[in-house]
Amino acid sequence: MKKWGKIFALVAAVLLVLSVAAFAQPKHWVVGFSQIGSEREWRTADTISVQNAFLEDPTFTLIYSDAQQRQENQIKAIRSFIARRVNAILFTALVETGYGPVLQEAKRAGIPVVMIDRDVAKEDRGLRLTIMGSDFIKEGEKAGEWLADYLKKKGLDDGKKAINIVELQGTTGSAPAIERKTGFANVLKSHANWKITRSQTGNFTSSEGKQVMEAFLKADKNIDVLYAHNDQMALGAIQAIKEAGLKPGKDIIIVGVDAVKGAFEAMVAGEMNASIECSPLLGPQAVLAMRDLRDGKKLPARIYTIEGIFDETNAAEALPTRQY
Amino acid sequence: MLAWKRLSRSKIIWPLITLGILMLFNLFFTPNFFRIEMLEGHLFGNLIDILKNGAPIMILAIGLTLVIATHGIDISVGSVVAISAGVVAMLIGGDLAGNPKYPIAFAMGAALVACIAAGMWNGMLVSWIGMQPIIATLILFVAGRGIAMVTTNAMVIWLYAKPFALLGQGYLFGLPFSLYIVAFLLLATYLVTRRTAVGMFIEAVGINPKATRFAGINARGILFWCYAFSGLCAGVSGLVVCSTVMSADGNNAGNLAELDAILAVVLGGTSLNGGRFFLLGSMVGALIIQTLTTTIYAFNVAPEIAQVVKALVVYAVSLLQSETFRARVAGMFARREVAA
Repeated sequence: MKKWGKIFALVAAVLLVLSVAAFAQPKHWVVGFSQIGSEREWRTADTISVQNAFLEDPTFTLIYSDAQQRQENQIKAIRSFIARRVNAILFTALVETGYGPVLQEAKRAGIPVVMIDRDVAKEDRGLRLTIMGSDFIKEGEKAGEWLADYLKKKGLDDGKKAINIVELQGTTGSAPAIERKTGFANVLKSHANWKITRSQTGNFTSSEGKQVMEAFLKADKNIDVLYAHNDQMALGAIQAIKEAGLKPGKDIIIVGVDAVKGAFEAMVAGEMNASIECSPLLGPQAVLAMRDLRDGKKLPARIYTIEGIFDETNAAEALPTRQY
Repeated sequence: MLAWKRLSRSKIIWPLITLGILMLFNLFFTPNFFRIEMLEGHLFGNLIDILKNGAPIMILAIGLTLVIATHGIDISVGSVVAISAGVVAMLIGGDLAGNPKYPIAFAMGAALVACIAAGMWNGMLVSWIGMQPIIATLILFVAGRGIAMVTTNAMVIWLYAKPFALLGQGYLFGLPFSLYIVAFLLLATYLVTRRTAVGMFIEAVGINPKATRFAGINARGILFWCYAFSGLCAGVSGLVVCSTVMSADGNNAGNLAELDAILAVVLGGTSLNGGRFFLLGSMVGALIIQTLTTTIYAFNVAPEIAQVVKALVVYAVSLLQSETFRARVAGMFARREVAA
């Protein structure tokens, strides 16, 4: 009997120590992160930022899954997160639709899903907790507003003469493509003489952006402005414009989105006019959100990143500080 | 009628008819499609774009034609394109002033050596280990893109070394430089396969490898070198792709190019069951695919439906190519004539 008492005391002591430790230190959380792949340096910077931010906080373990640009891989990754009973899931959606069932499974398992950068379709948004990242509609609007200012400053827009704009869209069906198009179109409404003469997908890659621009330049001699949903396509298109014997940045005004290093190099060379920043450095904000979630705080319905606009006036100055 | 019968039996005629139909569509419906002008000493127009942008697929198709003739397949070529682009970009470096880190010729040579090695790896798995070609090349299909990502640190590298732009953007005698690369590779392959017995050996391996071996031909060696050659072609294609946009993008360079190249070979009349191969047919096949892409851009098909349009055309082309289908249709008409 005495022996049992000793064991009981020992167990009680251990439990006490453990519970004190648990109080002193926040509960350890395992977070799953389903990334779509690394289709461009923007995505790479985003991934590294999230990974590093979680590494710095020892109370978190991040399980990273690269979907290699395939939706089925993402669905599999989220299912495996659920099976491993992670505490929360960070998720960047490759396309908007098709994630309903797997998000339903996460919800049933009681695992909160926080979207990073790319959201799911409207009807599935009730299944995820919040989205952090850039406002793509705002980016489209910023691009339009920058263009209006620039044209006014250069005296190119008298409000009557037609301004012909061609648009290089992102991957068909993806949130940034849909919303950057919508945002730009919002600004377009207040400029009766602006017209999008051609709009085609360049799939967010430079080689497709170049091919599409080549075809545009052959079909249409009167292009005043190129609006590209990302810098990669704009940079590809710049080469097509050069091959057509025109001066990019002068004969055709070029506005991109993302503000990647290549765009800064092109702006410094005078071949591109502006890039709307879409910052990928989301890691620190993601860690903050996870801490709030762990502490039982309520997250806002949208968490925005702070972003700027770069053009000829400030590109040279900012170039050396760019991380992506 | 007799001439037509003889013509319809020749393999090259059906891909040519398809290409003709696509061109005819553009003649009527796409304004300015055929306009070609002289611009800064070179030709400029949609047709030139088709040739220029089709070059990477044409180069891939040359290597794949031989592989497919051996009753094999190489689905790793797209990833090898990414390796080639990654290696050459890393060695040239993204110096803004355009000074290459290593001499450009050395960088290109190193990229090609890496790609030939990749092809040899495939060849070894297929010929010596006897793996199924689709599985053997699947390994590099997956791993190759990883290798490309590692070489480029998963970043897109922009190149500013002007001379390197010649491959994908330069012109010689008014025509895109990449076309001369295609022509050179095509001619060399033609001479080696058709002016010597090598082509027959390849076809023999594709039809019956056992009998070929018993006939005293080194079937394994033939297989091995076909895959190595396919690796070389993918390497050259990667250099052109990289030079065209002056950047190496590990994730997107050559993405899905293997499917386009296989389609080009099949459209060109070479059967996936191996045996007879048609190099020129593969070139026409590649041009069909590129014409379709350029048409979609020039005609401004909405991106939401572009893929469906593409699929429908490929479907129609495949039906046109199928002998069985043509016989069925011909049979239907013949019966109707009897009934009347």
